[in-house]
Amino acid sequence: MDYTSSRKKIALSTFALLITVLHFLPFYVLITTALKTKSDFSSKWVFPLEISWANFSEAWEAANLGNALLNTGIITFFAAALLIIIGSLAAYPLARRQTKLNRFMYMFFIAIMVVPPLAALVPLYQLVVNMGLMNTYQVAIFNNVASYLPLTIFLYAGFIRSTIPKSLEEAARIDGAGTLRIFFQIVFPLLKPITASILIIACVYIWNDYQFAIFFLQDESVQTMTVALSRFFGENANNLNLVAAAAIIATLPMAILFLLLQKHFVQGLAAGSVKE
Amino acid sequence: MAVSTKKIGKTKQNSSLWWMYLPALLFVVFFIVYPFLNGIRISFTNWNGFSQTFDYIGFRQYIRMFTDPDTWTVVRNTLIYGIGSTIFQNILGLAYALLLNQSIHFKALTRTIVYLPVIISPLIMGYIWYFFFSYQGGALNDVLIALGLERINVLGNIDINIWIIVFVNTFQFVGIAMIIYLAGLQSVSRDFYEAAEIDGASSFQKFKNITFPLLMPSITINMVINIIGGLKLFDVIISLTGGGPGNSSQSMSTFMYDLYFAREDAGYAATQGVLMMIIILILSLSALIYFRRKEVEA
Repeated sequence: MDYTSSRKKIALSTFALLITVLHFLPFYVLITTALKTKSDFSSKWVFPLEISWANFSEAWEAANLGNALLNTGIITFFAAALLIIIGSLAAYPLARRQTKLNRFMYMFFIAIMVVPPLAALVPLYQLVVNMGLMNTYQVAIFNNVASYLPLTIFLYAGFIRSTIPKSLEEAARIDGAGTLRIFFQIVFPLLKPITASILIIACVYIWNDYQFAIFFLQDESVQTMTVALSRFFGENANNLNLVAAAAIIATLPMAILFLLLQKHFVQGLAAGSVKE
Repeated sequence: MAVSTKKIGKTKQNSSLWWMYLPALLFVVFFIVYPFLNGIRISFTNWNGFSQTFDYIGFRQYIRMFTDPDTWTVVRNTLIYGIGSTIFQNILGLAYALLLNQSIHFKALTRTIVYLPVIISPLIMGYIWYFFFSYQGGALNDVLIALGLERINVLGNIDINIWIIVFVNTFQFVGIAMIIYLAGLQSVSRDFYEAAEIDGASSFQKFKNITFPLLMPSITINMVINIIGGLKLFDVIISLTGGGPGNSSQSMSTFMYDLYFAREDAGYAATQGVLMMIIILILSLSALIYFRRKEVEA
């Protein structure tokens, strides 16, 4: 009995390791490519005999990645902060007050999740041009906030409904606290776990955004990581070593965040899915 | 005490606190709903995207859309991206989750590596796989040459390239399906399995009669997330094939982008946008309703 179950464990573990290796292959190819000099024509499978770190500094300079990193950071920070404030504020009455109007509003926000942002590309572009927001941080921040608000509200509302006891708010209300004070002093601190998850999900989405950025941030001074990278790829189709180095630089901040906060990444997803 | 709670509660609770969601509502209406409705208006014009004047031309763009052979290529591709990715992500995601739900080694490592691509920009994911699939010096062709075979041009072959895109999209997001299934599996009570074991049920019977029905909520959410994601596919197509060769791998998103910016055909791009909205709405709603109906009360 013990013998067969330990054999089964070894077989399944080997299988898991095989899956891991297969999923790692493209990253391996990315790394070997980034570490080779332009004149090294060996296969991408071969780890370079002579490691060249120069690709990273060259890509950093040539693709203006420092500037792109700053732009992406600013947009991600403000959009995520707005999402958290506006989203949690909106979710509270929608989760707590089951009036007809609120039920309708909740359904409305959920339905918006299905709308593909590109379906409204033409008029959105026109709107942005008319408002004079082309090539500004604001346009990227606002568009990202609008498109991830429904998901944020959905996750907050589910969490408030299932885990925040009503009695706390009622006690505060008897003490004469106003709704806003109750929300920020009592409810919001209790939302910490789901706030952490939403923050992480939102940061990843916004950091990686390409659809909005490519339309509205074409000027080099405001371009984000993804736009800088797509331009750099276009210019260096013959020197993929540089592109690979740039891709690693662009990916590193979120990869580090992921490895440090892996638990929250996973919990956020699970919270959104097991509920309801 | 009870009286006073009721009294205060009543005066405050009459309001639906709508002002708390007013900022959210403004954002969504201004940046999503209004542009979308305006898009319906533009779909009845011949606007080129920049000039000050244009004419309302009735249903001409719609007639053009339904008679344009490109429309069908693009709709077919979009459906393959949406439905194809959904099927592969769910089968693979469920298989991985079942494996990781066993007591095995390398659990955390496997989960981390399979999930890692989720946090990478789909545009960059496309470039990473481009190193793999490119005709000249691509990692795949190096293997084929080493085996004494001919090089293949998978990204340039119009029968294969859309499946490569489905593959890359599946690879990137299978981690989400895996995590959601894993959470679903872990929420199934052990009692069900113990009861089934007493009745002498086989592993397959346990999966079919306990695991699968109780996983229905996870299946619903995965199907809907993946279908919406797949039908909206944009970034990874741009980086792998740019929609080409010709329009062979274009999705509705990339096609619209092309019509608007490269061909200055904004009216027609808006018409395609309306069609895309209708297709996504019908497919995601029917997936939602179909799988919700199958869910069991656990």
